[in-house]
Amino acid sequence: MTIAWNLFTPWSALAGGVLIGVAAAMFVLLNGRIAGISGVLGGLLRPAAGDVAWRIAFVAGLVATPLLWLLFADRPQPTIDAGWGALVAAGLLVGIGTRYGSGCTSGHGVCGLSRLSPRSLVATLAFMGAGFVTVYLLRHVLGA
Amino acid sequence: MNVFTSLLAGLVFGIGLIVSGMADPAKVLGFLDLAGAWDPSLAFVMAGAILVGVLAFYVAGRRARTFLGGELKLPTARQIDRRLVLGSLTFGVGWGLAGFCPGPALVALGLGETKALVFVAAMLVGMGLFEGLERRLAR
Repeated sequence: MTIAWNLFTPWSALAGGVLIGVAAAMFVLLNGRIAGISGVLGGLLRPAAGDVAWRIAFVAGLVATPLLWLLFADRPQPTIDAGWGALVAAGLLVGIGTRYGSGCTSGHGVCGLSRLSPRSLVATLAFMGAGFVTVYLLRHVLGA
Repeated sequence: MNVFTSLLAGLVFGIGLIVSGMADPAKVLGFLDLAGAWDPSLAFVMAGAILVGVLAFYVAGRRARTFLGGELKLPTARQIDRRLVLGSLTFGVGWGLAGFCPGPALVALGLGETKALVFVAAMLVGMGLFEGLERRLAR
């Protein structure tokens, strides 16, 4: 294993992580829910009375983040190397998988592990493992 | 439930995703590429989030209601079953394919990235397909 020291950003990673933790804390302590993004979003496809506005507000907050960000800082420049076909396949897999497995990086990875949930630990190991294997196959076997 | 605190939590979450680098798929894939030039940053994102999360959920676990007086609803499922594992494996493959998980994709969508729009649209279709199947199986 070679560590990419030139790309390694421990402090901003830690600071961003703390902010994500603060958001999850606000969500559970003020709204009484798990800040699981796939769950919040997926629940909108099964709308129930009184269960819609808070979901839309949370998703809107995420989508509107760049607007707030651009008032104070430079535009972040994400690099999205995946091609169109891969993006569609990835989106479908993420959509189906997160709903079938009841959570994603936020619900299982952040909130579940913070709750010391064995279920979320298994889920996190499964999606991280699958992510590692997928990138390995794509980059080092198929050479994409 | 409070719509304002929900919006605020979404914004703080999104800023955390940008600051941490998670809103950049290349950075995420750098973490998932163990055999290449590995960027361990994402482990620090998880560590920072869980550090705060453990405290928050410890407090939440001892309360029946939120600080605003609302219902506090924590997950009750405990079984580790095929759904959980197969679903998470499927999600992981999609995550590794493009470097997007749901939150960062929504933030990148807000940045106006066309590729994020395509990913989010496909993700919503995937979620819809799942809902449809669930309803059919439940019948």
